Amino acid sequence: MRHRPRSLCKILPIGQPLRPPPATVNTLSLAFGEAWAMIARADPKLLEIVALSLRVSLSAVVVATLLALPFGAALAVARFRGRDALVVVLNALLGLPAVVVGLAVYLLLSRAGPLGALGILFTPAAMVIAQAVLIFPLIAALARQSVADAWREYAEQLHSLGAGPLASAFALLHDLRFSLVTIVLAAFGRAIAEVGAVMIVGGNIDGFTRVMTTAIALETSKGDLPLALGLGLVLLAIVLALNVGAHLMKERAQRHHG
Amino acid sequence: MADASAPLLPLVLENVGFAAGGRTILAGIDLRIEPGPRTVIIGPNGAGKSVLMRIMHGLLAPTSGTLRWANPERRGEPRRQAMVFQRPVLLRRSVLGNLLFALAVAGVRSHEREARARAALDRVGLGTFADRPARVLSGGEQQRLALARARMLRPQVLFLDEPTANLDPGATREIESVVQSIHDSGTKIVMITHNLGQARRLGDEILFVDRGRIAERSDVDRFFRHPATAEADAFLKGELPWH
Amino acid sequence: MALNRRAFAALAALALACAPALPLGAQDKSIVVASTTSTEQSGLFGHILPMFTRKTGIAVKVVALGTGQALDVGRRGDADVVFVHDRPAEEKFVAEGYGVDRRDVMYNDFVLVGPKSDPAKAAGKDITAGLKAIAAAKAPFVSRADKSGTHAAELRYFKQAGVDPVAEGKGTWYRETGSGMGPALNTASSMNAYILADRGTWLSFRNRGELRIVVEGDKRMFNPYGVILVNPAKHAHVKQAEARAFMDWLVSAEGQAAIASYKIGGEQLFFPEAKG
Ligand SMILES: Nc1ncnc2c1ncn2[C@@H]1O[C@H](COP(=O)(O)OP(=O)(O)OP(=O)(O)O)[C@@H](O)[C@H]1O
Ligand SMILES: [Mg+2]
Repeated sequence: MRHRPRSLCKILPIGQPLRPPPATVNTLSLAFGEAWAMIARADPKLLEIVALSLRVSLSAVVVATLLALPFGAALAVARFRGRDALVVVLNALLGLPAVVVGLAVYLLLSRAGPLGALGILFTPAAMVIAQAVLIFPLIAALARQSVADAWREYAEQLHSLGAGPLASAFALLHDLRFSLVTIVLAAFGRAIAEVGAVMIVGGNIDGFTRVMTTAIALETSKGDLPLALGLGLVLLAIVLALNVGAHLMKERAQRHHG
Repeated sequence: MADASAPLLPLVLENVGFAAGGRTILAGIDLRIEPGPRTVIIGPNGAGKSVLMRIMHGLLAPTSGTLRWANPERRGEPRRQAMVFQRPVLLRRSVLGNLLFALAVAGVRSHEREARARAALDRVGLGTFADRPARVLSGGEQQRLALARARMLRPQVLFLDEPTANLDPGATREIESVVQSIHDSGTKIVMITHNLGQARRLGDEILFVDRGRIAERSDVDRFFRHPATAEADAFLKGELPWH
Repeated sequence: MALNRRAFAALAALALACAPALPLGAQDKSIVVASTTSTEQSGLFGHILPMFTRKTGIAVKVVALGTGQALDVGRRGDADVVFVHDRPAEEKFVAEGYGVDRRDVMYNDFVLVGPKSDPAKAAGKDITAGLKAIAAAKAPFVSRADKSGTHAAELRYFKQAGVDPVAEGKGTWYRETGSGMGPALNTASSMNAYILADRGTWLSFRNRGELRIVVEGDKRMFNPYGVILVNPAKHAHVKQAEARAFMDWLVSAEGQAAIASYKIGGEQLFFPEAKG
């Protein structure tokens, strides 16, 4: 009788004989098997982890989008001193390693840090914050770029109508909504695929802050490569499905609107 | 604070010049635009007509000289002048939505907007197009929509930069009749065109711009019968005076 | 336009669906325990915590880190309880006033893992003899080199064996990975190298390749675990009552029996050590 003590491993049938350590060649095929078995069984533990991943990353995307789109658009439309410097900084922030974001958010939210009183370190809320911080520059920088490109075409007409910077920015965002969907999806992809930051601020607590990526990291370090890869395939499938859905929606809407 | 309906005109340009990229594009423009007669601007490509119109409409600031309206517009107030561009810029929303946006920006109260927008569409024959996406309209339809948008705002002055370039004769005539009716409603028309027949049909006075200067200004009949300058004469005969 | 509205409605619905992801911190009855990766990955917590929660209704959230990091988390007040295995560091933690009420809970042991063929002839019951043989044969040895408890133990055994692995073998047979137990085991497995591991992680490790245990049972390889309450006088938000309930349960007869009952492949991993 073989015990699979870690909770995630309940995903696997308990009581099967210890199988020989997988040779590298068939690790991949085993991974597909694991992924398929988990999905076919609709394993509750797996569903819980997937649901938490989606909720954390979607929340982060919603928060970051609401802040970053107006910010990026304003940066494209308004003229003020230091704007170019701000754009350069924003673009540089795109290269920010997730672990650094995680550390910064950790230090902020830690009891010994400035926001310690909130007591939200090692909770999903902390993970939402870390992911939102991580993707804010991505959304803002890409939105600024596409709004700036469109601005060249629209600026005179909007000025002629008497639209101020705010009305102009929102009109442009609305006109660019289909390309912005792509940007937001890219941000979602970065958020849900990220492991370093959520590991640090979430703590990978079983049943509470364990998401797809931290579960994958855990299984990898336990040497259960097929299970880790299987989880990776499930993650890939989710992101792929979301992208396909958004793409189809975008295509339809774009054909309609020209 | 000036009344939002205070008369804009006359517009006075004194010694206006515009230079960009080390080139002088306009120089020494002295001009007075009065309410009433339809002003048509003609002249060869690159003469500076569009730049001049943009300066008058406030999209470009002159690099020298002064521009004065009788009662200038102020920031934050609805505009009392409008412009139709050679290539209309429409937002990626419905035909009606484009008009509603312009009305919202102009500070028209929300419950008035839809009726006003629909009336404007009906007047240019686009009533049945209200819910179509604006960007998929034909060139002529788009230009009519841009005109409807400008007229709906009830401007005192309407600038038009080659509104019928690229349009077929039928569409051109439709645009011309809309412009005529806008004029009839009391709006001052200032229009650029390369279509000399159109200039004759729609114009009361001609401003002939050549190489960054106003070479000649006279009423339509006299301009076409007896141009005062050699440049205008050559332009009308289809010669290429810049060679 | 209708399409837009539908897309917008979908987005709004999504946003609403996300809202429950933000139960801002406040859980009914739960504590945060900062512990080590080896304890977490061995599966011990998965075995004993449900028993505790069933009995008391207190959920235990385990954040698994290196011993040093776990103590840091306690120092900053981000956990209620610290559960680690580095006695000198634990005593320092208490002496500095960051923790109170340290208790011995259990011990497990380290094992020396190596290739089935044992090319260095290191097998036996004596860790220093084994390490000496490896150094003499210049057989590949993977070190975690991450300042963890296991790394500290490894260096201690090398010293007792009279070998300075860094001076003698760095860059040749002594490979410093700077990684956790699991990743280091993955590395050793792919290189077919020797490595010092804690028994729990080794037993739950799946990617063994050609590796097996070569040295075990040496008294010096025992590895004691202690549990410490983060000082409530320093961090007022520490959930003292729930945390003490957890610590009391760990050292109670019931908790100790739970620890002893955890087995992988029929092997017991942790041995009760609490006095009373
Ligand atoms: N913002 C600008 N910066 C630099 N040069 C400009 C700018 N705008 C226009 N020009 C130049 O000024 C000259 C006049 O341009 P303008 O668009 O006014 O010509 P136009 O008389 O309208 O010609 P067309 O009949 O071809 O429309 C052109 O040579 C053009 O390249
Ligand atoms: Mg022009």
